[in-house]
Amino acid sequence: MTRQTLDQKLAILSDAAKYDASCASSGGTKRDSRGGGLGSNTGSGICHSYAPDGRCISLLKILMTNFCIYDCSYCINRVSSNVPRARFSVDEVVKLTIEFYRRNYIEGLFLSSGVIRSPDATMSDMVQIARKLRHEENFRGYIHLKTIPDAAPELIAEAGILSDRLSINVELPTDAAVQTYAPEKNPGQIRRAMADVRQRREAAKDRSHSGKRPPKFAPAGQSTQVIIGADASTDATILGQSTRLYAGYGLRRVYYSAFSPIPDSSAKLPLISPPLQREHRLYQADWLLRFYGFGVEEITSVTPDGNLDLDIDPKLAWALAHRGLFPLDVNRASRDLLLRVPGFGVKTVNRILTTRRHRHLRYEDIARMGASMKKAGAFVTAGGWTPGGLTDSAHLRARFAPPPQQMSLF
Amino acid sequence: MQRVTVPLIGAAPAWRAAARGLLAAGVQPQDVLWNSEGQEGADLFGQDAAMPAAGAATTVPRSFIALATSVAYHRDPQRFARLYALLWRLREAPQLMADRADPDVAKLRAMEKAVHRCRHKMRAFVRFREIGAPDAARRSFAAWFEPEHYTLEMNAPFFAGRFADMDWRIATPDVTAVFERGQMRLEPGQPAPALPPDASEELWLTYFRNIFNPARLKVTAMTSEMPRKYWKNLPEAAAIPDLIATAPERARAMAAAAPTLPPPRAAAAQAGLARQVSAWRDTGEGLEAAIRACTRCPLHCHATQAVCGEGPQRAALMVVGEQPGDQEDLAGRPFVGPAGQLFDKIAAEAGLDRSRAYITNAVKHFKHIPRGRRRIHQRPDAGEVAHCRWWLDAEIERARPDLIVAMGATAALALTGSGARITARRGTVERGRLGHNVLITLHPSYLLRLPEAEARASATADFRADLARAAAI
Repeated sequence: MTRQTLDQKLAILSDAAKYDASCASSGGTKRDSRGGGLGSNTGSGICHSYAPDGRCISLLKILMTNFCIYDCSYCINRVSSNVPRARFSVDEVVKLTIEFYRRNYIEGLFLSSGVIRSPDATMSDMVQIARKLRHEENFRGYIHLKTIPDAAPELIAEAGILSDRLSINVELPTDAAVQTYAPEKNPGQIRRAMADVRQRREAAKDRSHSGKRPPKFAPAGQSTQVIIGADASTDATILGQSTRLYAGYGLRRVYYSAFSPIPDSSAKLPLISPPLQREHRLYQADWLLRFYGFGVEEITSVTPDGNLDLDIDPKLAWALAHRGLFPLDVNRASRDLLLRVPGFGVKTVNRILTTRRHRHLRYEDIARMGASMKKAGAFVTAGGWTPGGLTDSAHLRARFAPPPQQMSLF
Repeated sequence: MQRVTVPLIGAAPAWRAAARGLLAAGVQPQDVLWNSEGQEGADLFGQDAAMPAAGAATTVPRSFIALATSVAYHRDPQRFARLYALLWRLREAPQLMADRADPDVAKLRAMEKAVHRCRHKMRAFVRFREIGAPDAARRSFAAWFEPEHYTLEMNAPFFAGRFADMDWRIATPDVTAVFERGQMRLEPGQPAPALPPDASEELWLTYFRNIFNPARLKVTAMTSEMPRKYWKNLPEAAAIPDLIATAPERARAMAAAAPTLPPPRAAAAQAGLARQVSAWRDTGEGLEAAIRACTRCPLHCHATQAVCGEGPQRAALMVVGEQPGDQEDLAGRPFVGPAGQLFDKIAAEAGLDRSRAYITNAVKHFKHIPRGRRRIHQRPDAGEVAHCRWWLDAEIERARPDLIVAMGATAALALTGSGARITARRGTVERGRLGHNVLITLHPSYLLRLPEAEARASATADFRADLARAAAI
């Protein structure tokens, strides 16, 4: 076999990494390189480019190697797949990261890897890359390490101090699905590894007896990814898992990744890929759970099968099923209720609350504050505006849902 | 009519100084003609007036200063006039800044937002090329960028903080920022410079082509965040048309490809897997390993792990609580959370040595419901207690204790079979299901929940007395 060039390796190992949805570079400690070194972190991420799949490119997202001894059927890199394989050396990853960073292509590195030899050996190579970036290259940009759940705790401990974010993929919505599709992975072990990260993060926030602060541990928190549509789990199951992950392990984000066809896919998988719209609706629901005070049951109980409505967003679906609460008077309604109005975001609601202290709000005022009145109009009253019979109109849903399509004969 | 010309570099402080002077002199907005350097219009009527000397300090809301500092770099020729008009109104009505619906404020906020977006996009889309030797002690880079607004000045400190260990320059048609040996300066704009080719750009294109997933083509999602106006200065944009054109065919080919047989090395790699030892694998043998693998009831699905008892396997005293809580579930050890710490404290006061007792729970998995960022404890029901009794009995049979302390109603139910109220039974010794002596007492978390100090003190005293009694056996 001829030696692969850096360009060939990069092609294989970025192709192998693209199924990870996360590319966030937000959070972490604020720092810059005025005191020496290279790089900075403002706390809010920067997306340096966008691929035609609409996903942002913020980090150099690569695998250290796509050799893997596991056989997870949804994964392009599983041992039984015939994709081309490659492996970066530690120095190659460090050089790529630094050279890309100097040209302002990226915010930092998101390093993941197939499991080679053993989880400990793989994790230890990944930690070595992060160590070299931080200590030899004085790199002050963002580092996100994908941790291998079975890796030894001392490796995780070092990984957390070197990187901004750690993540461990839960992979699938239920323990049973993980056992079916990723037989070498242990869902209990994945949860224990996430619990371990949470505990280390909390311990790093406590001052010691002498008042000294320990080094920050994964200051941008931990995240995870779950694959949608590979198994038969409903959206209610998926969101239920997410709420437990947020509550139990303090996750910063749960990423939903619609199962995507992969080259050389396993015969065990469904042939039909789920609509990307489902992924989008799950993200919307996830936002409602975290920032709008909704409960999982509220969001998923408005449809009979526990799946979100693909045609309209989950907040609108909830509002249409609870029209008795509407229309709300924007000049009087509480914050909690205003957050439930379709077309109102958190910012709009905050603006309404500050402005109505000074004066009575009219319809045009709300529109200027950033609300989507096309949606909100049916659910609120304001100075000079009442939706009249619109709120209870039988055709209200049809105003928002795409027109029904006739089934194609061919 | 007074004419004020604001320079391009340093626009925000220059406008502020001018506005402060005009305001002090009581010049009305309609009497000022604002000009921007590089945007001089054909104004026939204005005359450059001597700038009024800065008068008494005027107070304006802090949020207006922030707004003006951003809007001053907008490309709209009306920006300075709009700012001054709002400033004029703010003298009488400072609360206007909080009114997001006021048309003047809303317009300026929209302009501010456009400037911030432009600033952000510049941070994202500037692409440096190396112009010096790659092995130089201090490397040098240059970039050409065409921002929508005059945002380079606002962004210069950002780039200086990020690329402090190299020399760089960013040229735009309006302003050029130069950073040399740690010093930054702003110069007038220039036409696009010819930059030498850079080998890393090829690698970047390789990365861009391969990180794209052809099975999920979403062009509008891309162009809404990376509008076409930026493409001409982005090296990777050259690859986009081809990626879009070939995507459907690539996706179809993936779906159509038949599954293949595993490569020969797969079996060997999988065989190696079986020999691996993880630091996390259960080292506990027998009972502990069996408890950790328990799936007798659905509680295991949502908990992190089963929490086994802790202490000497043969123990004269056994202490049984209800179930692991949030902290216990994370740590995998019993009684380490708030209730556990209270138990340790009171046990120490009562002379009970925790290390000599076997401490466990009636139910081994944490039952809870998620609420926002927290997990709310839920009491296990009789069915769950009954399932878990299997493990509790096994622990009792192994420890063969002389006395078992049942803390709280769930432990009492599991040990005696009676779920009767604890308040009436506290401090009594009952006969357990397996024939052991069971001392009934309160659960330490009950003490934590009591709101009144008096009730808490008396309950704590009762609990301490019970533990002292147990310790004496």
